[in-house]
Amino acid sequence: MKKIEAIIKPFKLDTVKEALNEIGISGMTITEVKGYGRQKGHKEIYRGAEYVVDFNPKIKIELVVPVDLVEKIIETIREAALSGKIGDGKIFVIPVEDVLRVRTGERGLDAI
Amino acid sequence: MKNNVTMNQKTFWGGVAVLSGVALAGPAIAEEAAGVSSVADNLIQLAYSVDTFYFLMSGALVMWMAAGFTMLEAGLVRGKNTVEILTKNVALYAIACLMYLIVGYNIMYGDAVNSIIPGISLFLGPDHGVDAVLKSGGETYYSNMSDFFFQVVFVATAMSIVSGAVAERMKLWAFLAFAVVLTGFIYPVSGYWKWGGGFLDGLGFLDFAGSGLVHLCGASAALAGVLVLGARKGKYIEGKIRAIPGCNLPLATLGTFILWMGWFGFNGGSELKISNITEANAVAMIFVNTNTAAAGGLIAALLLSRIWFGKADLTMALNGALAGLVAITAEPLTPTPGIATVIGAVGGLLVVASIILLDKAKIDDPVGAISVHGVIGIWGLIAVCFTNPDGSLIAQLTGIAVIFGWTFGTSLVVWLILKAVMGIRVSEEEELEGVDISECGLDAYPEFTRD
Repeated sequence: MKKIEAIIKPFKLDTVKEALNEIGISGMTITEVKGYGRQKGHKEIYRGAEYVVDFNPKIKIELVVPVDLVEKIIETIREAALSGKIGDGKIFVIPVEDVLRVRTGERGLDAI
Repeated sequence: MKNNVTMNQKTFWGGVAVLSGVALAGPAIAEEAAGVSSVADNLIQLAYSVDTFYFLMSGALVMWMAAGFTMLEAGLVRGKNTVEILTKNVALYAIACLMYLIVGYNIMYGDAVNSIIPGISLFLGPDHGVDAVLKSGGETYYSNMSDFFFQVVFVATAMSIVSGAVAERMKLWAFLAFAVVLTGFIYPVSGYWKWGGGFLDGLGFLDFAGSGLVHLCGASAALAGVLVLGARKGKYIEGKIRAIPGCNLPLATLGTFILWMGWFGFNGGSELKISNITEANAVAMIFVNTNTAAAGGLIAALLLSRIWFGKADLTMALNGALAGLVAITAEPLTPTPGIATVIGAVGGLLVVASIILLDKAKIDDPVGAISVHGVIGIWGLIAVCFTNPDGSLIAQLTGIAVIFGWTFGTSLVVWLILKAVMGIRVSEEEELEGVDISECGLDAYPEFTRD
């Protein structure tokens, strides 16, 4: 099992969610996050004085999936989240040791 | 308990019915005795009621400006300083009402020693009796109490101006102590000099609704406070100006619209009379000019900020509308609507420039109160000369110098005394944490995390 963590632009969330639904992924966890990479922050002017917005708002999507689906999922996310401009985000793939469904106590692949 | 309340209400209304019966019977008896003159008397009674009603409703509109200032300031400070600015605004309003009731009104309008030194006495006198009003032949045309009510909300406006400028770093109780002195003494004394019939009035100084007596007064006290207090931590770092964006621009916008609305009472009510055609036309003209000056100020400030900074700065546009309003307040009657728009628009341009200049001078005013009410108050007083044939530039400049000198000087002394006695600034740690917790023990938005 792998965990996929995708950090995307907030307005791309709906597109990514629908694209994932289409390939049969029906569950995910999302978090509103802030951060910056190569996009850096941006400068704005408030009442004539400059200020820098260091951290841009992003959405983090987390999915735990069977290994054989990983490639298809990350490709789907990439296609849906792509705008071609700087700040489109990143996708991390992380090994997962075990999963437990709280309600039934199922473990491993059965629990995801 | 509930039954008691109902019975009391019945008794109350019963009493009212009896009293109004007597009141109605009064003129009827007079009519039989005096014949023709009773028609004139009834007209005097009617005009007196209409003008008093107009005065009271105008006062209620101006009272609502306290809400406008509160929302504007709450929107332009950071979230961690919201509860304190709200507390300051409600408390200063209440303090202004009490101090003006106890002593301020009598200083401003009571029996004076001479044209410079006002008299001093406590609380309000009785209202006009019916006979006295009728005997005056319409000369006395509104109730004393309505006059007090209309005046008291102006004092609160002046004090509201101070709270925005010193926001986010001043101790709550030092601020409220200052409010006692400004609303009870400083404002009423300069008010006496013009509206109370003192020496500025004698000089021919013109200030219709208070660009000077209210707005410049509040701004001068604010400037003295800011100079003693210093800038917010992190505002000026190594010679660079750092912007500190406000936390809630929808509130700031709502506050501006509330102020804009309240201003119809502020300027319109200052005509003091509406019960004949000439006065009604004058009031209508004042409403139109007040409105259009605000519009001119907003558009001018919005365009200038777009040209100067590259983007439309909403907060500058809001300050522009208020600048237009302050600018037209010294003379909202004699300009044509076109000229009023120009006076407002010049105010809108000046206010943006003034905010930038004050920032460069490291005078930290989070809401732009000193620029809006002080710099534009001065502009409004000077602009009187363009449209009012009775206006004299010398008299206007003298008035400006006197109001600024008096308010700034006395305020500076009071701020310095407060600084020595109780301290006026919160500690650095309290300021970084936010004064909401250190001064009030509350968060404005406890369910949100803060930056």
